[in-house]
Amino acid sequence: MRNLIALLSGLLFGLGLIVAGMANPAKVLGFLDLFGAWDPSLALVMAGAIATAFMPMQWANRASCTLTGEPLQLPDTRRIDRRLVIGSLIFGAGWGLAGFCPGPALVGLAAAVPQAALFVAAMLAGMLLFKWFDQPRARQ
Amino acid sequence: MNIDWASFTPWSALAGGVMIGLAASLLMLFNGRIAGISGIVGALLSPRQAGNGERWLFVLGILMAPLLYTLLVARPTIVVEAGPLALVSAGLLVGFGSRLGSGCTSGHGVCGLSRLSMRGLVATLSFMGSGFLIVYVIRHLWGG
Repeated sequence: MRNLIALLSGLLFGLGLIVAGMANPAKVLGFLDLFGAWDPSLALVMAGAIATAFMPMQWANRASCTLTGEPLQLPDTRRIDRRLVIGSLIFGAGWGLAGFCPGPALVGLAAAVPQAALFVAAMLAGMLLFKWFDQPRARQ
Repeated sequence: MNIDWASFTPWSALAGGVMIGLAASLLMLFNGRIAGISGIVGALLSPRQAGNGERWLFVLGILMAPLLYTLLVARPTIVVEAGPLALVSAGLLVGFGSRLGSGCTSGHGVCGLSRLSMRGLVATLSFMGSGFLIVYVIRHLWGG
């Protein structure tokens, strides 16, 4: 059951990215170009996603287990720290540089777009670099 | 501000957004997990971690999406303007930054905001802010 849900959720997520136009970096950059010819579509993608997920997520915030009685794994930290802000600023800079964030990059990879493959390879390298950077802290 | 009405696609944006919201809801309601792509992919880089089986399946689902969409509708439009150097730099920044900040557009943006998480809000404002800024610099200062 868990495996089937994970597969379906990933598939629906990916199809949603394509339908929304998020899988297309040119469209994403049209949204991020706030001071040029601005395409507000992505704000509606976020609005549609949040409106849909709002009630289920609010339920999960208060529930003690999932609908099938399994443990909920919600983030346990509430701290607003430098890692959160600096990490997000770095992520946003990369997002604006090419128009890819992780989900759409995976879609592009599977659609055999060579630039997406190059981006995903660099993204995985960036994640490994973080693991290496983070390891001394984890051991302390 | 100057809205590009010719590129504005409100209905498909909303429809795609609803699908993304449903996908995130499914994963939370049944599996009790945040649908955060950078977190899921990052965890897969640590092999033999508990729960990686379903993480692989989630990623497999995403990878199947463009194939299914091509079969049912058409080949998805994916236009990449960035050159190789920009793509590699962007990938490194996205990979490192999303792990340092514990999330990306999906985990902080979609899931965090719908949970009314303060961390999600701060992260979303931060990455939107730097995204707007970098595009402004590239398109209007350098390219101006």
